[in-house]
Amino acid sequence: MADLKNYNLKELNVRSASRSQRVSKIVGNVITYIFLAVMAVIVIFPFYWMIISSLKTMDEYRANVPTLWPQNIYFENFATAFSKANLKDLFLHTLLVGTISTVLSLVVTVLSAFAFARLQFKGKNVVFGLLMATMMVPGELYTITNYLTVSGRLPFVEEPIQALDFTNTFAVLIFPMLVSVFYIYLLRQTFMQIPNELYLAAKVDGTSDFKYLWKVMLPLSVSTIITITILKMMGAWNAYIWPRLVANDQAHQLITNGLRGASFTDEFGEVNYPAQMAAVTIVSIPLFLIFVFLRKYIMRGVSRSGIKG
Amino acid sequence: MEDNKDIIQNNDVPERQPLDRKTVIKLNRDIGSKNQLKGWLYLAPALLLLIIFSFYPLINTFRMAFLNGYNGLAIVGGESFNLGVENFKTVIGYVDFKQCLKNTILLCVVTVPISTILALLIAVALNSIKPLQKVFQTVFFLPYVTNSIAIGMVFNAMFTRVGLGDLIQTQGIINNILGLFGIGPFNFVNVGSSWGANMFVVCTYIVWNAIPFKILVLLGGLQNVNKQYYEAAKIDGTSKVRTFFRITIPLVSPMLAYVIITSFIGGFKEYSSIVGIFGEGMGPGGNGQMNTIVGYVYNMLPKSNLGNASAASLILFAIILVVTAINGYVSKKKVHY
Repeated sequence: MADLKNYNLKELNVRSASRSQRVSKIVGNVITYIFLAVMAVIVIFPFYWMIISSLKTMDEYRANVPTLWPQNIYFENFATAFSKANLKDLFLHTLLVGTISTVLSLVVTVLSAFAFARLQFKGKNVVFGLLMATMMVPGELYTITNYLTVSGRLPFVEEPIQALDFTNTFAVLIFPMLVSVFYIYLLRQTFMQIPNELYLAAKVDGTSDFKYLWKVMLPLSVSTIITITILKMMGAWNAYIWPRLVANDQAHQLITNGLRGASFTDEFGEVNYPAQMAAVTIVSIPLFLIFVFLRKYIMRGVSRSGIKG
Repeated sequence: MEDNKDIIQNNDVPERQPLDRKTVIKLNRDIGSKNQLKGWLYLAPALLLLIIFSFYPLINTFRMAFLNGYNGLAIVGGESFNLGVENFKTVIGYVDFKQCLKNTILLCVVTVPISTILALLIAVALNSIKPLQKVFQTVFFLPYVTNSIAIGMVFNAMFTRVGLGDLIQTQGIINNILGLFGIGPFNFVNVGSSWGANMFVVCTYIVWNAIPFKILVLLGGLQNVNKQYYEAAKIDGTSKVRTFFRITIPLVSPMLAYVIITSFIGGFKEYSSIVGIFGEGMGPGGNGQMNTIVGYVYNMLPKSNLGNASAASLILFAIILVVTAINGYVSKKKVHY
């Protein structure tokens, strides 16, 4: 009798425990979703504000009580942005610099990654280690001297050499940043995954190294090549510090510099925020597109490096 | 990198007899001896550029930093310089530099823990849900691919009040939102705003900007955690909080360490987010009160103050090395690999 009573009590305990567990699980889920939703709103808000501000008239933007949706959509701001910030030229400059540096950078990266991954020569490991070590060094350390170099001021020469002054040219936006040790490393890792047997087999058939690289290795490494291309193009799109130092004139200015430097002040000395937000929106659109369509390629590269573009 | 293996397997490389060991060794030897020059030839373009734009600058920066009072204008004047540590003393003595150093350190100390904790909480929350997980994931990665100058300008617009004194037309959306809770309004970024208010805006922006990358890494770590640990904890009746601290954190500690190191390094190099918000004046009305070490280095360049700029950049390098070393040391003690 006593046993039975005990047994019932036990079962009751288990049941109520499982019910309270279920309740706490539901409560936990609700809290989780609320937390995520709140954070998501905070994360999205600046984008939302950017876009709706770009569609408002000046008066509506300055309204005492903000509107969460433009009363009448005012596309004019985009035209103003294009003319005020000279966006067309900025686009062309950035596209030019981005394309040329991407192509050249790919050539250099592919050649060196191939040498590191497949070719055997003395000193290879030393050079590779040296390159890896430079990844530790902050780029700011190079900038000072590179700034001197491209403006024709060489060490131990007193006067700047006019003939070697490359400031305000496209070349100076392309070459100093062309080689990225990180890209070489990334592509070398990809190349190493391709079995060496293939290389030896190609050698037996008398295929040249270059043909092997072009016909076998590159097609097998397309995804890494795409990653490098996207990162490099984004680099040109987001570059600010170096271009500002060495080529910030009208004929060579890149998009980010133009955006920050542009004056959106109107004839009354007031900042035209809607036009500014329109310009910011235009600059952000290509990045959004990359995010939507090519996200996985960026994630692949960047999760290993912690760098942006 | 799994994909590559698939491609190779699906590729129609003709079947051939596996090469025997002897041939492989012989081939390797042949290739090795023939490729001595070839290897360097393939490396030449990269090495040439790296020597001019990385290795030489590295050496030159040390040279300029340790020549007392090294200055672009004085070189043209034909002056010579003595070896010494004067530049470092000068830089450290500058009030401006102290301000930059203080700003940079504070930015790191405030933003790294906040963004790491927030990212960890979001990653854990994301990992625990099934419906809508992909949607939330996409939203949280959204700030990842942005232009830090452009979005900095958006943050500026959100915090800026338009108009002056009694004629203020709008307080800015953030002040409006705070007003709903009866807080403020504050002068966040306009002329005359305080250092603390500016700092708040900059930190908010940096945290917002830093979170996606951290969520990405931490979520990747969480998804790789063996589910059995959690099942075992459940059977033992371990509380959620205890599970979090005793299982989750130790198991993602390598990712945490990685995320913390990279964000400290990024934090010490902070510059363009502040330019985004305040412009090159690095403060409200261009007063420079939010300047950072990197900003200080760049300000020195056009002024030909090369010795000081080099010394400042070496100080930055030293700080980064020390922080990395400390992180490495702590990780070794705390991180479970």
